[in-house]
Amino acid sequence: MSDDIVLDVHDLHTHFFLRRGVVKAVDGVSFSLRRGEVLGLVGESGCGKSVTALSLLRLLPKGAARTVQGEIELEGEDILKTSDREMRQIRGRKIAMILQDPQTSLNPVFSIGNQLRETIAKHFPGPGGTVTQRAIEALRNVRLAAPEQRMDQYPHQLSGGMKQRVVGAIAISCEPLVMIADEPTTALDVTIQLQYLNLLKELQEASNMAILFITHDFGVVAKMCDHVAVMYAGRIVERGPVRQVFDNPTHPYTQALIASVPKMGDQRGRLHTIEGQPPEFSDLPVGCRFAPRCAFVEDKCLSTYPTDFSVGNGHTSACWKLEKPE
Amino acid sequence: MRRYILQRLWQGVILLILVTTIVFFLGRLTGNPADLMLPEDATEEDRQALIETLGLDAPIHEQFIIFISNAVRGDLGDSHRYRTPVVEIFFSRLPNTLMIVPAAMILAILMAVPLGILSALRRGGLIDKFSGTIAVLGIATPNFWLGMVLIYVFSVQLGWLPSARMGGFEHYVLPTITLGTFLVAGFMRLIRSSMLDILDSEFVKLARIKGMSETTVVWKHCLRNALIPVLTLWGVFMGGLVTGAIVTETVFAWPGIGRLTYEAVIFRDYPLLQAVILMDALLILLINLMVDILYAYIDPRIRLAE
Repeated sequence: MSDDIVLDVHDLHTHFFLRRGVVKAVDGVSFSLRRGEVLGLVGESGCGKSVTALSLLRLLPKGAARTVQGEIELEGEDILKTSDREMRQIRGRKIAMILQDPQTSLNPVFSIGNQLRETIAKHFPGPGGTVTQRAIEALRNVRLAAPEQRMDQYPHQLSGGMKQRVVGAIAISCEPLVMIADEPTTALDVTIQLQYLNLLKELQEASNMAILFITHDFGVVAKMCDHVAVMYAGRIVERGPVRQVFDNPTHPYTQALIASVPKMGDQRGRLHTIEGQPPEFSDLPVGCRFAPRCAFVEDKCLSTYPTDFSVGNGHTSACWKLEKPE
Repeated sequence: MRRYILQRLWQGVILLILVTTIVFFLGRLTGNPADLMLPEDATEEDRQALIETLGLDAPIHEQFIIFISNAVRGDLGDSHRYRTPVVEIFFSRLPNTLMIVPAAMILAILMAVPLGILSALRRGGLIDKFSGTIAVLGIATPNFWLGMVLIYVFSVQLGWLPSARMGGFEHYVLPTITLGTFLVAGFMRLIRSSMLDILDSEFVKLARIKGMSETTVVWKHCLRNALIPVLTLWGVFMGGLVTGAIVTETVFAWPGIGRLTYEAVIFRDYPLLQAVILMDALLILLINLMVDILYAYIDPRIRLAE
């Protein structure tokens, strides 16, 4: 079973070194992805989701941020120890990524074909005709109509949804093992969000690639993911199979997040919100990071960070109230 | 694309009409050329006779109408001073200017593009600080002063380079530096700032995610985008180059159209002044049209917009 693991992240720490201090944006994150698994990484803005993603590709802002500790094993090899040159062979080939905003993620001055072929030519060098065929095939796979004609078009000639399909085509063109999707539908029209999610799901099932799906939307998680990890202030606070976490959320933060999702037919007028603000990264609490906003806070929560407690089959939660009395 | 060019041409025609009118009336505010052309002991009759010969006795609006109707037929008149058609004089001098302006441009591109890119890539580093200083100095230094300082140092004191007139390669060095410094400074800063913006953009992030090398990221994905604002500035700078050439050519006694413009003003040679300014305007217009076409070549959003 463990042979199936394509990506194993262990105790990842990524810090930003700013003039006003060290920001521990990712502070001890571990997770693994099996072949064909879709893992949702959920949390509010600024909790470290995207920094985690960029750490996996080693594309953190140069000079400002660095992964200071941990291992990222891709097929058993720690990519934090590979050379820059080897890393470029991994990016786009073994780990691909879809960014949030399709309006800005394609280069405005090069044609779709150029940007797609460039990726393929890098990882599967070959005669021009073969590369072009592969590029057209990728566009066809993301269900873009008239793919041959699209090759000569420029980003400004396509709609947002079409551009995001092109970004998807770039991502799948080299048949990656792992795809990171960083809020891929957030910038899309609601009417085409579902189409895009269905497309991703189809592509994932056809190729059996693993997806790390970053989102703040629990509805998307329920639709897309097998497992979910809930992140708060740089750490994963609860994780498990999607159904279990949804039906039985155990961490107070997860409970509050799920309660915040508006429900159809709910007659009570006010939306549920979580009191307070996430902590400042440069001034994190000593104990549980959610303690200042938690309704169930105890003395222990304020002094010591909780360990992960198992609450079911593969379902863990970092909260002291789950500690079994001895 | 054709509509785009036609529109630019139409705007150019309007601009030329405006420039012609302004130069015509503004030139006549400087005084009467007859006063400069006559010897000191000339009588009032001599003066009147000369004014009549030059056609300056008619009311100013009549002079203007005559000028325009001749100009439309391609006749811009004869120079008061040289007594030959101004257009001929202009074209005899133009090649000399066309030798230093592109030289200054090439110097600017060769220095500004690499320095601008390196400053952006190593922001706050040694090269960035060095080129920042050069840029401030380059923009703040008037080129007549720079020209004279260069002559003083390299011609008078060191005796390495000639101080004036045309000749072999060594004659080009000082005028090119004088004319190009301002350009180098402006381009360098602009390339740096647009590179910084672009390096931060999402499509550069995606290019890296795709596994592209830094060379491809910088020279393909960034540079083409960074050149868009640079081209705009280039069009604007060409105007500055022509005026800069007036000063530079005067300092280095370079027989180009810059020096010709200077002479036309000093001797109140109205027909020559009008012709030179009009041709300069035409030249700038043509260059800008070229820039606009290049623009469309670089940026598909312009090329394909209808």
